[in-house]
Formats: sequence, structure tokens, C-alpha cells
Amino acid sequence: MGLLSKKDSKLILDPLADNNPITIQVLGICSALAITAQLKPSIVMAISVIFVLGVGNVVISLMRNIIPSKIRIIVQLIVVATLVIIVDQVLKAFAYELSKELSVFIGLIITNCIIMGRFEAFALGNGPWKSFLDGIGNALGYGVILIIVGFFRELFGSGTLFGIKVLGDSVEKTGLYAIGYENNGFMVLPPMALIVVGIIIWVQRSKNKALIEEN
Amino acid sequence: MALNTEKNSYTVLFAVVMVVVVGSILAGFANGLKPTIKANERYEKQQNILYAMGVNENEGANDVEFIPTERVEEVFAQYIKKQYVIQGDEVTENDEAYLIDIKKEEAKAKNGNYQRRLPLFLAEKDGREVYIMPVRGKGLWDAIWGFVAVDKSMIIEGVYFDHKGETPGLGAEIKQRFFMDDFEGESFLNDGSFSTVKVAKGNNDPKNEDKTDNEVDALAGATITGDGLTAMLRKDVKMYVPYFKKLN
Repeated sequence: MGLLSKKDSKLILDPLADNNPITIQVLGICSALAITAQLKPSIVMAISVIFVLGVGNVVISLMRNIIPSKIRIIVQLIVVATLVIIVDQVLKAFAYELSKELSVFIGLIITNCIIMGRFEAFALGNGPWKSFLDGIGNALGYGVILIIVGFFRELFGSGTLFGIKVLGDSVEKTGLYAIGYENNGFMVLPPMALIVVGIIIWVQRSKNKALIEEN
Repeated sequence: MALNTEKNSYTVLFAVVMVVVVGSILAGFANGLKPTIKANERYEKQQNILYAMGVNENEGANDVEFIPTERVEEVFAQYIKKQYVIQGDEVTENDEAYLIDIKKEEAKAKNGNYQRRLPLFLAEKDGREVYIMPVRGKGLWDAIWGFVAVDKSMIIEGVYFDHKGETPGLGAEIKQRFFMDDFEGESFLNDGSFSTVKVAKGNNDPKNEDKTDNEVDALAGATITGDGLTAMLRKDVKMYVPYFKKLN
């Protein structure tokens, strides 16, 4: 990468795989379970978190020398809350249906532990550019998992992707359904998201033994 | 110059400045986007009203597809012939009746001498007249609301229900086709007197073939949402009964 130094690209790439916020740090699980029944909300959630975490990290980093340490958590909360409200309003104005579907989960970005975690652990101690990369990297790492889970849950749970019937029509028995395939209704329910995340963690750790903690 | 960020006066000053700055940014956003958001809410209402009277884009058996936002105003104008506001005995025509916030009307009627305005929409579908009433009530967690379309003798033509925060998979199912479709054909009048359509547990008619029992089959695991829905229909549809009695 010409644009980024080795150290900088590490900030983006690490959270995508070996230091993924969901599969390694197991943060942000609640929203990962709740909204991944379909692909489209997963992607919108990923984009929203990329925005909030990228911008938020820069804002916190710019203010890091003037934030009074006594109220720093409150200041972080205000920054997240502001950004989240902006995202919420923009979605309501330009993607109304989607904002209804995501309803409370947009608000719940505020409580997404990844965001406060990155503010506290990284942005408070690093410059804006590095913080921006760190924010984008972590949000991408979160988003990638969300999209993978959303893909499998929508495909096997409803037989659709982005609402398009890719496996045939389950009511009229065309496509795969003609030979007796059935949708797995369990995939649509939250517990299955946990199991899918579990499978991703399993695959990742068996590929990279260094990730396995010793007991 | 190193800032002393530990001083109390600095902390307070910082907090005050932060609140003012954030407040103005958010106020700016809210004001700038308000017209678009309002328009979206208006389209949604029109879509819901049309859905209740059976004007929708359903294809599959489980679809709940509204008329698309781009066309909804046109379709709304095409089907909805008249919009009335009923206030006591007075019935007036008002082209913006669908914008009446029935939540506010209900609150105003509660404190004091206020005769609440009831919106009613007269539509024409396949040459027949359909009346659509808005309803609003409480579910388990939060508000539930909807639109009920009936013919002149208060037999249901179709319904649309929505909710703010009912449990997914349980109470939230009130907006599913299999539940809403059950209401079609049920009647609000029993021998000429008002009798609400009940969401009933353990009625002996799960397939909903009996249309004279004023009951639809309840959703398993959603007793309180179902009871709330029954109460909502009883409370809100009842207010329209005098109007319908005059029609017949």
C-alpha cells in the first residue's frame, strides 16, 4: 500500500481478521444477533457503525488534550449519541422503510461496546489520522462479520438475498423447493446468529492456531 | 501553554460549551431534515390506509407490500373519494383528515370538554363503498395502531395493524398476513348492535371459517398484545357506530 505506512495499514487490517472485535474480542454481539436476519439491514448497520466509529474516533482524538479526564466517559457518550442521532435522522429522511426496520437498533449503536471501547482505548491516546484508521478498521471488522452472518441467515432462513428469491419460490415449489428443499425457520431466530458467529470463530481459530488461548 | 484540565471550573466550562455546540448541531439537523421526514410519515399513512382497504402490491401469500412511495399520492387520490371529520353530530369534509393525529385527539379528549375529531375515509373499490377508520391502542410494550376498512354494514373489508415495539415473533406478528387476513368478513355489528371483533384464545375456529362469531384466532404467546388489540377495536371503532347507524 503506497498511501499507508505499514503501521497504518495494520490498524485497518488487524481488526478484519486476527483482532476482530466480534470473533476475537467478542464485543458488539448484541446488535450482531439482533439485526442479521436479513442481509440489507446488516449492511446498513455496518455502514452506520463505520460512520459513527470513524468520525467519532477522529472527534475524540482531536479533543483528547482538552477533555477533562473526570468527565471523559460522558463526553464520549455525548459524541456517540450525537452521531447516532444524526444517522437516525438521515435514515428517517432518506431510507424511511429501513429506519423503521432497524428502529431501536440504530439507537442501540450508542451502547455498542466496540465504539466506547475504541474511544477509550485508542482515540484518547492517538492522533486523528491513526484514530480514523483504527475506527474504520474496527467497524469494518464488525461489518464483515455482520454481513457474513446476515448472508447465511437470509439465504437459509428465508431462501432470499436482499429480498430476491434466489432458491426458487417456497410457496409455489419452484427451483430448489421442487426437489423437497425447505427453509430453515430456525435461522431467522436470534439463537442461530449466535451459532453462526460461533462457527465463524471456530473456522477462524482452526485456521490460525495462534488465536487459541491456552488454559 | 498547557491546559489544566483537572480544574473544576474548566470541567464545568467544558461541559457547558459541549452541550451548547452539540445542541446547535442537532437542532440544525433536525430542522433541515424535518420536511423530508414529515413527507415520509405522510406517505406511510397513505400506504397504510390503502393497504387496509385492499389496495396493495401483494404477490406471494405472505407478502405485505404497499403501493410504492413514488406512486402513493396519486393512488390515494384515485381511491379515496372523500375524507370526513366527525365531531359529535357534525360531519365535515376535510381533505387533510388523514393527517389528524389521533393520539393527540385522544389525549385532548381525556382532559376536559373536548369533542374529539374522528377521521373517516370513504373510498371506492370495484364500484363499492368502503369506509376506513384509524384505530390506536396499547399492546404489551408500547403503542399499537392500525386502520380498519369496513363496508356500510360494518363488515370488515380488510385491516392493517402496526406496532412500535411488540416482541418479535410473538406480538409483532400482528402485522403478518395470516393474522390480518383473518379479520376479513368479520362483523362489528351483531343483530344491529355494536359488538367488537375479538382476538380470542381457544376459539373453536382456528381456520376462521365462521364469520358470524365476531372472533379471530389469537396468536400463540401474544395474549396481552391480542387483548390490547381487542380493546383498541372496541374503544375506537365504537365511536364510529352512530355514524354508521345513520347510514343504514
